[in-house]
Amino acid sequence: MRSIRAAAVGAVTMSLALAATACGGGSSTGGGSNDSPKTLTYWASNQGASIAIDKKVLQPELEKFKKQTGITVKLEVVPWSDLLNRILTATTSGQGPDVLNIGNTWSASLQATGAFLPWSTANFAKIGGKDRFVDSALGSTGATGKDPAAVPLYSMAYALYYNKQIFADAGISQPPATWAEVVADGKKIEAKGKQALGAEGANVSENIHHTFVFAKQHGAEFFTADGKADFTNDGVVAAVKQYVDLMAKDKVIPVGNAEYAQNQSVSDFAKGKTAMLMWQSASANLKSQGMSESSYGIAPIPVQSGSPGTGVQTNSMVAGINLAVFKNTNNLDGSTKFVKFMTSDAEQKILNTAYSSIPPVKTAQEDTAFNTPANAVLKNTLATSAAALPQVADESQFETAVGTAVKNLFADAAAGRAVTTASVKAELEKAQQQMPAK
Amino acid sequence: MSSASSPMAPPRSFIWSRRIFLTLLAGFVLVPVYVMLSSSLKPLSDVTGKFRWLPSGLTIRPYIDIWSTVPLAKYFMNSLIVSVAATVCSVVIAVFAAYAVSRYEFRGKRVFTVTVLSTQMFPGILFLLPLFLLYVNIGNATGIALFGSRGGLILTYLTFSLPFSIWMLIGYFDSVPRDLDEAALVDGCGPLGALLRVVVPAAIPGIVAVAVYAFMTAWGEVLFASVMTNDSTRTLAVGLQGYSTLNDVYWNQIMAASLVVSVPVVAGFLLLQRYLVAGLTAGAVK
Amino acid sequence: MRKNPSDPAAPGPRRRRGERIRRIGLPYLLLLPALILELLVHLVPMVIGIVMSFKELTQFYIRDWGTAPWTGFGNYKVSVDFSAPVGKSLLHSFFVTVAFTLLSVAFCWLLGTVTAIYMQDNFRGRGFLRALFLIPYALPVYAAVITWVFMFQHDNGLVNHVLHDQLHITSKPSFWLIGDNSFYALLIVHVWKGWPFAFLIVMAGLQNIPKELYEAASIDGAGMLQQIRRITLPSLRPVNQVLVLVLFLWTFNDFNTPYVLFGRAAPEAADLISVHIYQASFVTWNFGTGSAMSVLLLLFLLVVTGVYLVITSRGRRSADV
Repeated sequence: MRSIRAAAVGAVTMSLALAATACGGGSSTGGGSNDSPKTLTYWASNQGASIAIDKKVLQPELEKFKKQTGITVKLEVVPWSDLLNRILTATTSGQGPDVLNIGNTWSASLQATGAFLPWSTANFAKIGGKDRFVDSALGSTGATGKDPAAVPLYSMAYALYYNKQIFADAGISQPPATWAEVVADGKKIEAKGKQALGAEGANVSENIHHTFVFAKQHGAEFFTADGKADFTNDGVVAAVKQYVDLMAKDKVIPVGNAEYAQNQSVSDFAKGKTAMLMWQSASANLKSQGMSESSYGIAPIPVQSGSPGTGVQTNSMVAGINLAVFKNTNNLDGSTKFVKFMTSDAEQKILNTAYSSIPPVKTAQEDTAFNTPANAVLKNTLATSAAALPQVADESQFETAVGTAVKNLFADAAAGRAVTTASVKAELEKAQQQMPAK
Repeated sequence: MSSASSPMAPPRSFIWSRRIFLTLLAGFVLVPVYVMLSSSLKPLSDVTGKFRWLPSGLTIRPYIDIWSTVPLAKYFMNSLIVSVAATVCSVVIAVFAAYAVSRYEFRGKRVFTVTVLSTQMFPGILFLLPLFLLYVNIGNATGIALFGSRGGLILTYLTFSLPFSIWMLIGYFDSVPRDLDEAALVDGCGPLGALLRVVVPAAIPGIVAVAVYAFMTAWGEVLFASVMTNDSTRTLAVGLQGYSTLNDVYWNQIMAASLVVSVPVVAGFLLLQRYLVAGLTAGAVK
Repeated sequence: MRKNPSDPAAPGPRRRRGERIRRIGLPYLLLLPALILELLVHLVPMVIGIVMSFKELTQFYIRDWGTAPWTGFGNYKVSVDFSAPVGKSLLHSFFVTVAFTLLSVAFCWLLGTVTAIYMQDNFRGRGFLRALFLIPYALPVYAAVITWVFMFQHDNGLVNHVLHDQLHITSKPSFWLIGDNSFYALLIVHVWKGWPFAFLIVMAGLQNIPKELYEAASIDGAGMLQQIRRITLPSLRPVNQVLVLVLFLWTFNDFNTPYVLFGRAAPEAADLISVHIYQASFVTWNFGTGSAMSVLLLLFLLVVTGVYLVITSRGRRSADV
């Protein structure tokens, strides 16, 4: 008797609980409100040498914002390993920050969740208009044809950093401008006992960033015009093979780099072990590792031939951080004010100087602080020869699938296994079939 | 009859094989610990270059820096609070449940034990998102903040360690002879009194082992903690990842931080050791 | 039929009735907290997770997962289609995990049991050694694994330094974090971290074996190994039964170790199923498929557990005197 009653009670409780959770997906589907006009929660990404440093950089600015508007901003700096997970749970539950940083390559994927406030012309007007922003940065804020899901905050580009001393010792007078020159210079550098070029072979994101550029230089695209994955076309295969061949065939990248995933290649460069490094806005990073600005030079990433430009002369992806607002924020006005504050000329100068990035705001970019040799190359690249990663909803899958394929190819190269057009195509085939069917 | 060490001394071959085995094992266990210790005293250049057995220059800088690079003290307190609370609750609940299963026959006993054990098969990823949703909904409905709070994490961890604790305690309780219970009942204790006065003391090694397990489960869990905590409630397990930053992996600081947070735990183990091997009072009933 | 221990000498009939109700109710009362918690934290979310596996739950629907379209067994079909890459890699991951789990459980159990038996008798330094052996278990997972990552580095790691530079066992430094050796690296790390737990459990279990049994056996002329075989192992049976099962289940489901060791893109040789599913779901925002794969994993473990319990409970009943 008792056990049956107990079982019945249990069943009722369980079904009630189920019903409660099944009904509410979690987030209110309504738009934002202004219920808590005096507070804001802001999730910043880790842009500095450590979380503590990020807090030190941002806190004074948040104080300024408070003085201007009376709104207290609760700051949390989220490490990259956690950020996407946290965004996911925030999206699912409706409980998250009001404003947050996102990697600009995530824009289209996150836009598809519908959780972010779209930046319509009206919304842009509240922060000074769309024209304030550089075109290339705007190109990485969401799918084409839709309102941007976020506003550009910091812009970065890849550049070739080279160690002046090693170059001098090897008798190289100019940084290489084409890949053939990279290989030739590499041989000279290795003859002097140094490593030529560093790479993060096991870092999925880095792999994508570089192979994207190579693909552009081969005139190929990863996605067809209607958004279907196409990783096995000849151009993409040739591009990936060229990148991996830098280790496999040309022996310019040392085999040890195949397992690098924690920025060891940057440390190698900072310590003078490697002569060249292709990295995003590395100056702050190198400084924190003790490398003086005078010991290295910055040049544009090489191209196949000629000089950097658009189309097949692309030599960098448009890297950067965007600022997004959650649609169901409790402080819509405050969030908009915060975005306006962060993208104002004054703040853009301060923050981008601290993070050694380039402001995506045209007027801020003009400032002399961003004309230093370190920044000149990056600014130029962003303006003339950078292209945005495909803004498709499947961007995360793309990054994971192709990035892992390249990681496996590097592992093959490191193990001494042959990297042929066929083997590259096979890996890319596997990657493509992991993409959701359309 | 005393329960001192065995009157028959083990043979020499046993003693020698024991010495060799334990020495090799100690080496296997210790090498990474030595790496942690020596790396924590090395300057950053040592740990980002070729491995050296001995530091090129001893420095305690890492031990100073760890507190500022990452709010280590706060994470440590969070972990401690969550783990201790989860352990105490888990052990108490498990002791009661195991006593019921071990000493009583009742309808649904088999269902209960099988259900409890079956939860061990659940892949964490499967119910991570739903659990998270559940907490959020409970929070919205009742105002009790489970998501993002230490309470929610305590609840989660204590439930994680419950099945195994119950199962093990059933085993340990089963091996405590019923004669002891009956003796206590004859003396006038109720069943709960028998539990607390006789069974629990006799099963102390098992209870301590289970408590250790419950503590370590809470202490080391990463997946759920990364999703369910915010900056103020973050635990160590997740917080330690903050030493791997955008720029560099501060190996020496990671090692220093790991040692610092492990010392209290290991010290606790040292203290608890004697309970782990307290012998059964075989003479009590005879 | 087991004797009910709380069956006292007969008091009056009314008092007996009140006591009988309390007696019957008592076990349920004792179980109640555990049951409620299990429902809340384990069972209800599990059911929800299973429901999610029947939906096409991608980033488009994550905001309100109730509205995601039903896809029936679509996610399952994709997962078990072994001719397509998704299914094929899941199967491969499955086999890797089985091999890894069997080896890891075997080594952990062996090391734990042998050590516990060796450390049973008191000798000088036993307490110190015991504390030492628990260190790997006491360390936070991230710290322990990251130390091994540090040691396994190709260029700067201790392992290659010893094997290649100092002992000259290998002709050139090997890769441990990528390539085929990654399986062995994972195994070593997991056993290093996990064996003290087996040690702990077996050690506690050994305490309940009466010394008289050993004394009687040695008087009868039984040697060390015989005593272990005839007394120790059978007495440990109930403990071992559970220990081996949970070690298997936990190792199979282990996420932390491979994730910290390899990040989110594990090398093929060490592609454990938990990270594989995580990559197929969390990282690619495809929760429907991830849930389906998890359910398949759960079904497999259910079968294994069922078989295991049937095989071992025969032994338990006979030992249950």
